[in-house]
Amino acid sequence: MDLLAFARGPALAFALAVFVLGTLWRLTHALTRPGLPDRSTARVGTPPAWRGALHGILRGMWPRRGFRPGTRFVTVNGYVFHLGLALVFFGYAPHIAFVRRLTGLSWPALPDAVMYLAAAATIVALIMALFVRLADPVLRLISNADDWITWALTLLPLITGMAVATQPSAALLASAHVLYGGPLAIHLLSVELLLIWFPFGKLMHAFLFVFSRGATGVRFNHRGVQV
Amino acid sequence: MSTAAVAAPAFDKQGQRTDEERVDAAMRSFVREFGVTASLHLESCVRCGMCAEACHFHVATGEAKYTPIHKLEPLRRAYLREAGPFAPLVRGLGLVKKLTIAELEQWQELIYDSCTMCGRCTMICPMGIDIAELVKEARHGMFKAGLVPERLALMDRAAQQWGSTATPGEDLPDILKEAANEHGVAIPCDLAQADILVTAAPAELGEHTKALAAAAKILNRIGARWTMHSAGFDASNIGFNNGDLELQERLTRAIVDTAVKIGAKTVILPECGHAYGAARWEAAKWYGKELPVRIIHMTEFLDETLAAGQIRVKQIGASATFHDPCQIVRRGGLEAAARRVVAALGFELLEMKDHGVTGYCCGGGGGVISNQRATPLRNKVFEIKRRQIDATGAKHFVTSCGQCRITFETGAKVAHWDMPTESLLELVADNLLD
Repeated sequence: MDLLAFARGPALAFALAVFVLGTLWRLTHALTRPGLPDRSTARVGTPPAWRGALHGILRGMWPRRGFRPGTRFVTVNGYVFHLGLALVFFGYAPHIAFVRRLTGLSWPALPDAVMYLAAAATIVALIMALFVRLADPVLRLISNADDWITWALTLLPLITGMAVATQPSAALLASAHVLYGGPLAIHLLSVELLLIWFPFGKLMHAFLFVFSRGATGVRFNHRGVQV
Repeated sequence: MSTAAVAAPAFDKQGQRTDEERVDAAMRSFVREFGVTASLHLESCVRCGMCAEACHFHVATGEAKYTPIHKLEPLRRAYLREAGPFAPLVRGLGLVKKLTIAELEQWQELIYDSCTMCGRCTMICPMGIDIAELVKEARHGMFKAGLVPERLALMDRAAQQWGSTATPGEDLPDILKEAANEHGVAIPCDLAQADILVTAAPAELGEHTKALAAAAKILNRIGARWTMHSAGFDASNIGFNNGDLELQERLTRAIVDTAVKIGAKTVILPECGHAYGAARWEAAKWYGKELPVRIIHMTEFLDETLAAGQIRVKQIGASATFHDPCQIVRRGGLEAAARRVVAALGFELLEMKDHGVTGYCCGGGGGVISNQRATPLRNKVFEIKRRQIDATGAKHFVTSCGQCRITFETGAKVAHWDMPTESLLELVADNLLD
């Protein structure tokens, strides 16, 4: 078995299993912790709890006006690499082909130029995030191993992916045989590392944010706090 | 000699216990606190650092250690080791070190001296982590470990003995009689039956007796059948601030059980923020069901009484700015009610740059005003608020929390600031129309 076959076969299966089972375990663990129901009387006229949760989830998408000057960089930079990663993963034609081979699902791809731009912006944003984390006294103090590992494992697929995307995606997909098998295997393995790390670190916020914001949204909705 | 060399340690200890016993007591308490919401919140942090921008202690000093999420670091470590999703692995591989007594001692300053549990950080967190609530839960463990600022511990002992930090219940009738005589208003006490049980904050039984008289004036005006009661009168609930859950329950039950005993349908809480947090939102957990009485803050009472036309007030016709007490507005939902009362008084409301749910805390909540060790830090925080108040150009500065008033009055003395802090309740009472 060559490296590409390993990356596409057992390594991918293992990474996906760790990702799915680990994520489910973390969510199940947190959501099944004992909970004390709030027996206090809700403020009269408050919307139902689900609306409070939804409001909390949406409210967290952007800082309030009073907080904006100090939070602008973290917010905008964060959006750049989150949207960039999403565009690259879901919009790049070879990625869609990869997902189709695995699941049968597919959707229209975005132009390569958009992908290159998104990948470049994402890499720049991640490097800026690292720089700020190293330079800012607050971020330096609160950072731990999870932050550095997560940063590196998020950047790695982008870098290894750029090494593979040396031709237009149409040419890559039209080729009868795999082009750049070695770099592609490395790229796949870097993605698999990310998937394996996902349930153990802060990448879990991709799922947890819904529950975390939602819980606070329910709490404040119950009290009639206009957030 | 450097100041560091002479600085007293920023922690106190209560009781005679070994260090190991203290750590174990804290850990057992922490583990009990790790319910579903606390777990979700402890797991969701991405360490973006935005919460530092919201914390008045960080803004006033620029010191990274005051970053709110950093104040929870020991709690997070306890969670990962004892209750997290991979706790056995974390312990087995030693991935997260066990908390030490030295760390808990150092932590005391961060969660008692430099956190008012105001929840401004909760408002900024992109993950919606309710940091203020987690700090409160962390305090439960610190209290169990006997690691509370001594001034707060002293107040705790007083409240355990008296049911109040201000006075024993048996002295209440005399205090009320004096206040009634001084202000020329009847203040009923210990009536066997009443519709409304009125409670007080400790300061109202001392330097702020005018607030008691103001409440009495309004209640008498509307012809309410009300009383104060020596069996349950102090709503400030020092147990809530200190992390003493047993005391919190006892003080809560004293009020609710007294209300039930005298047939009251409503409990009116004083102009006190933490009283509202403890009684309005947490009292029901001791009963396991919705309370048989309605608990309202004085601001709600004023708002409802004005809206119902039971009282009318003179139009003051000047400009005013309003300080939003954290537990009443940001964590209590009374932003609009307070502003309706301000409007009824005919004030032109000039809002501070930061107001409503994002308003800055007075800097004295959560027991910080009582913790003399925190005074220099609190005075720095006061400057943020003073600048914002001055910038409005308002002629009146109004709030609806006695604790905030004391904090502002104390800060004003140090800063030689001559803006008086006015009570919303007292303004209404002083401007009642016949």
